[in-house]
Amino acid sequence: MLYPDTVESEVLVHKPWFVMATFAAILAVFLAIDLTGTSMGEFMRPVIGEPAESGLYGRFAIAFVIAVLFCMNVVLIGFATLKVQIAIVWLELLLLFLAFFKTFNLSLPFMAEKLPFLITQGLFTTIYVSAISIIIASAIAILGAVAKLSTNGFAYAVASFYTSFFRGLPLLMQVYLIYLGLPQLGFIIDAVPAGILALSLCYGAYMTEIFRSGIQSIDRGQWEASRSIGFGFGLTMRKIILPQALPVIIPPTGNQFISMLKDSSLVSVIGVWELMFLARTLGQKTFQHMEMLISAAMLYWGLSICLELVQARIERHYARSKIR
Amino acid sequence: MSAEKIIDVRNVSKWYGAFRVLTDVNLTVERGERIVICGPSGSGKSTLIRCFNRLEAHQQGDIVVNGITLHDKMRNVGEVRKNVGMVFQHFNLFPHMTVLMNCMVGPMWIKGVPEAEARRTALQFLERVRIPEQANKYPVQLSGGQQQRVAIARSLCMQPAVMLFDEPTSALDPEMVSEVLETMTGLAREGMTMVCVTHEMAFARAVADRVIFMNAGQVVEQGKPDEFFGNPQHERTRLFLSQILKH
Repeated sequence: MLYPDTVESEVLVHKPWFVMATFAAILAVFLAIDLTGTSMGEFMRPVIGEPAESGLYGRFAIAFVIAVLFCMNVVLIGFATLKVQIAIVWLELLLLFLAFFKTFNLSLPFMAEKLPFLITQGLFTTIYVSAISIIIASAIAILGAVAKLSTNGFAYAVASFYTSFFRGLPLLMQVYLIYLGLPQLGFIIDAVPAGILALSLCYGAYMTEIFRSGIQSIDRGQWEASRSIGFGFGLTMRKIILPQALPVIIPPTGNQFISMLKDSSLVSVIGVWELMFLARTLGQKTFQHMEMLISAAMLYWGLSICLELVQARIERHYARSKIR
Repeated sequence: MSAEKIIDVRNVSKWYGAFRVLTDVNLTVERGERIVICGPSGSGKSTLIRCFNRLEAHQQGDIVVNGITLHDKMRNVGEVRKNVGMVFQHFNLFPHMTVLMNCMVGPMWIKGVPEAEARRTALQFLERVRIPEQANKYPVQLSGGQQQRVAIARSLCMQPAVMLFDEPTSALDPEMVSEVLETMTGLAREGMTMVCVTHEMAFARAVADRVIFMNAGQVVEQGKPDEFFGNPQHERTRLFLSQILKH
């Protein structure tokens, strides 16, 4: 929460200066861009005549119409309640994106034909690789955080070397190092396990830092109260400290999960048939790159939204003990 | 008749780096005794009682609690801690658990008490500190005085041999001090062995068997409340008492 002041001022989008300024800005932007050649020009044909010959008048008319529509939209939305506002703006932005994609003249039948394979092979592999990596990374993170906070010099050294190394190298390079480097030592490793290993180690390093800061955010009094009852280190950590650290840990960890989902596309370089790999290869034969890339983009986005919803749910769950 | 010693402190010294916080402290607490430790801030009184359940380590001398000697290689520090209840200045309730759970977890996880029995015990002690109706709330929903009473109940649920109070009322609003002190007085009446670090001199006078005055890491003076307040022997004690009783 930003905890707004209790003194209600007029809604920003209903202040005349704001509306005027927005109007002027939009007008200026669309005067600068020539839209007469687009479908917007076609739409304005009854007013400006042949779009290509309408010149400055045509540009101005188009910019004016867009600016009026935009400002009306903003002012009207200003009257709605918060939830309705959010829903409308989301919907409008989504429609704009669809309009943008429409300009690519995508072949829908082609997309429909390839989509099932994209999902059963690509999406499945992506989820499979990310989910396993996330679980391993979380386990590494707890161990790493405890080691980094411990007074054991050996544990601290190993953990800090680990986080420093794996945060310090590009993930792409780690993928190569593990896939191409480990066989040098005699471990022949398949592409999928290599990818999972690289993702787990890299994200484990970042999450070690997240878990460490989460554990550190808990007041020393909690440790003392727990110890004074007689709880040992394990009980204190599992039942007292970690449950309280989780609300601190979850937002950045959710970030990492979403980021991991998309970074799993990097393992496509070693030939894992995940979503990104298929998106690039399926469209290649017929030069229908855009179709596949946009399909994959939508799948990634959809998955991320699912994770966002899960994160929001968990955050609500942990908000219980903070109610006043 | 020689009473059983619950806490026996012999020639204990403690340092924080080069700074000596405790100097040759000697003290015994017998079963059923109520002891109040007072002294200016920084005199080492909190540090001393935190040594009794080894939240702090001492470097010299012996501390024997309930027959177990405390030292840095001990394996059974849990044995000591489950028999020594501690109430903190800032309550330190577990904020992610309900009041009831706060009281149940100790017996359940340390003593292996079944959940139903732990619940019964917890409710019984919440009753005793007079807040059974708050059992299903979370600590943040309670006032400071209520939280401190829950903290007392949480310790009592472990049925400890001795209770340590580390300035239990210093973080409370004036109005709430009395409800906590009443609870503590009630405990004392029932014969609980108690060591209280507190500035509440009226409480000390009414409840304590012995008042101990510490200054600069040393026990300066100890005695029965009547003698202690009526006829303090040391200059430093007189100065302290005149400061604290002026208000």
